[in-house]
Amino acid sequence: MAFIDLSKNEIQAKIVYYGPGRGGKTTNLLYVHESMSRQVCGKMVTIDTRGDRTLFFDFLPLNIGKVLNMTIRIQLYTVPGQVMYNTTRKLVLRGVDGIVFVADSLKVQKNKNIESLDNLVQNLSDEGLPIGQVPLVLQYNKRDLVESNIPLLPVAELECDLNEGLNVPSFEASALSGKGVYETLREISKRTIRGVIQKVGGQITC
Amino acid sequence: MDLVLTKSDIGKLEEIISDQLLDSGAEHVVLTDLAGNLIVECGSLEMGDVFSLAAVSAANFAATAEIARLIGEKDFALLYHKGGKRNVHFSRLGNDYLIITLFNDNVSLGLIRLKLVSAINEMGIVFGGPEGKSSWHS
Repeated sequence: MAFIDLSKNEIQAKIVYYGPGRGGKTTNLLYVHESMSRQVCGKMVTIDTRGDRTLFFDFLPLNIGKVLNMTIRIQLYTVPGQVMYNTTRKLVLRGVDGIVFVADSLKVQKNKNIESLDNLVQNLSDEGLPIGQVPLVLQYNKRDLVESNIPLLPVAELECDLNEGLNVPSFEASALSGKGVYETLREISKRTIRGVIQKVGGQITC
Repeated sequence: MDLVLTKSDIGKLEEIISDQLLDSGAEHVVLTDLAGNLIVECGSLEMGDVFSLAAVSAANFAATAEIARLIGEKDFALLYHKGGKRNVHFSRLGNDYLIITLFNDNVSLGLIRLKLVSAINEMGIVFGGPEGKSSWHS
């Protein structure tokens, strides 16, 4: 649920990074937080367990400039990827305006990616949101491991597993080194803000 | 459902917060939606990171509502944290919004709760008024 404040000419929108556990959702936000200037990027809040796994969510507010003379403020969230935290994922998804699905490129994670995407579809459906109506971008993370001996899923296979029915933009990434992080963020921000403006555009120009 | 508030709506909300809560001794009041978006903040405190406060409070409220559901309650009527110098009270506003009231020990919790009832009634008109800005099912 985006919030448009016409007294400040500001749009606030919520983007959630979703995906299987240990896929790199938090690492995406950490890279953005560490590489952006403090004027653009607020304080990052992380609620995690002792083992550094996300317990509730990570939160990072960004101020990304102006569109149609409106200041755009994006709130980035991650969900806990572990299967048992589905209730928490549903809470964080509440009011979502855009989603980045961070898939893990490790071959052993093939089924986890598919299960997590199915879980996203189900959780959105429970909120009355068909996945086709929510701005969505896929990110295939950990592509830097292609040079190691660790077996990875080819991009074509990830596309086939995850993007065949969706046909949304997808990006190869290495959240650890930052490759693909900003490309993903730029695309989802663009789609999210476009979606918000389409929904409430008439009221903004009032 | 997206929420659009005009300058006049924001002005009315700030006036209600000021008249009902700040004049009664609350130090700072933050109004957010349950998705964690900050709507309005008013008060005398220097809030360094009010966006994080809004996001974490919305999450805290949602998590507490889930605890209530697990024990067979709809939600808890009182959600309040007492600190050494400062206290925080959370009130649901309709189905989608949250009022976070910060106050110190010079003000009683009872007075804050009493004033919140009036504030919530008045804010309901802004959110669910004739222009139908948003759903309002308190």
